[in-house]
Amino acid sequence: MLTVSNLTKNFGSIQAVKDVSFTVEKGEVLGFLGPNGAGKSTSMRMITGFIPPTSGSATICGYDIVVEPVKAKQCIGYLPENAPLYNNMKVAEFLNFIGKIRGFKGKTLKAKVDEAIAKSRLESVYNRSIEDLSKGYRQRTCFAQAILHDPQVLIMDEPTDGLDPNQKFVVRQMIKEMSADKVIIISTHILEEVDAVCSRVIVIADGKLVANSTPDKLRATDPQGRMDIVFRNLTMPEDLNND
Amino acid sequence: MTNTRNISTIFKREFKSYFDSPVAYVFLVAFLVLTGVMTFILQSYYERRQANLTPFFQMIPWVYLLLIPASTMGLWAEERRTGTIELLLTLPVTLMEALIGKFLAAWAFIGIAIGLTFPIVITTAWLGDPDMGAVFCGYLGSFLLAGACVAIGIFSSALSRSQVIGFVIALSISLFMLIIGIDQVIGALAQWRVPSRIVNGIASLSLMQHFDAMRRGVIDFYDIGYYIGIMVFMLSAAHFVTESRKAS
Repeated sequence: MLTVSNLTKNFGSIQAVKDVSFTVEKGEVLGFLGPNGAGKSTSMRMITGFIPPTSGSATICGYDIVVEPVKAKQCIGYLPENAPLYNNMKVAEFLNFIGKIRGFKGKTLKAKVDEAIAKSRLESVYNRSIEDLSKGYRQRTCFAQAILHDPQVLIMDEPTDGLDPNQKFVVRQMIKEMSADKVIIISTHILEEVDAVCSRVIVIADGKLVANSTPDKLRATDPQGRMDIVFRNLTMPEDLNND
Repeated sequence: MTNTRNISTIFKREFKSYFDSPVAYVFLVAFLVLTGVMTFILQSYYERRQANLTPFFQMIPWVYLLLIPASTMGLWAEERRTGTIELLLTLPVTLMEALIGKFLAAWAFIGIAIGLTFPIVITTAWLGDPDMGAVFCGYLGSFLLAGACVAIGIFSSALSRSQVIGFVIALSISLFMLIIGIDQVIGALAQWRVPSRIVNGIASLSLMQHFDAMRRGVIDFYDIGYYIGIMVFMLSAAHFVTESRKAS
């Protein structure tokens, strides 16, 4: 359902993403792992059509993101890093705007907005201005906009970053509830997240794909079965990793 | 391919966002006070003893110069600063639809400000018998000039994530485009022995020349075409800049 082939991005002379390829099928929750600055966000921005790749392609539900961007974007729900939102709008007003852009109107629009609000547990802030929301509610509002049209592909860039343990639990719960009939990609550098929600893991380091496996198999590569050591071995340059 | 529904949705959001904060009201009051002060005090409206809107239309480009960049500086800069540009451009809309929606919203907002200057027309009609055809042409010219300035503003706003830079660049471009058509500049160029064909060529690119013709009551398709041309050019430039720099 989602195919990424030889995706590459250069910013001037810096190669941020180098020749990354993978596919994800329906029902999978793919963890996109890597240290900060490894190229996770850049990859997600290319897959969602925000920035064009230097070379390579991403195909979503059969549509190439560069050739047919609007059709591909209709299949995607995207939660960008730091949950950007229009601060001067109210939560309901913002979700209505997103719903209209997604092509809904009238009763369907209202039903979709209500459903997104219920799924994201936003009932209590429905009429609040977005600029007055706490970080957790902001994250959930942005989550609601991503799932409003019940997308086949859901892409989330660090969805639990900066949330407290309870909020993290809620977000993971929401991801699990939806995982059966979707492709879900979440980027993270929090290893516990992998065990909590992911059915498959991709590790990216310095722009390159260094692992593509299940969490269990990945853990098995370390004698003690410690994910943090596996992660460090994969993503840290050798000369720093000798202690 | 552009989808008018998307343009209209973005237009409504942008237009409403002007009125979500006190900014819109401060802006409208400033606009009306400035046009009023300039028309009645600087241009000595009453002392002229002529029932026409010449003093008003002579001043309106200078009010635009200051206030239109202020109303457009946030259109892209704010999207960039807060990161919502990533949200907007990963929705199923094209950049052109977003750009046109924003442009029309800002233009409509200035249109309201222009419309609210109607008491000047009433005052003039009360005092004498102005040529309403000329008044209409003047207002049409003012509206088209506003559209050109808004397009310059939206281009400038796309250049940087800083609203201040957007404001200063828009003001500089608009100022340049206005003064290359005023008599003092044309006179100075002629004095430096610049060939008159070049002087006329430069002046014909000016926002002011085409506006002067319209406020005198002449509607020429050439002038209307000029303003549409400036808008199309500036929006295309804004499209190019946003496309190539949206992630930075």
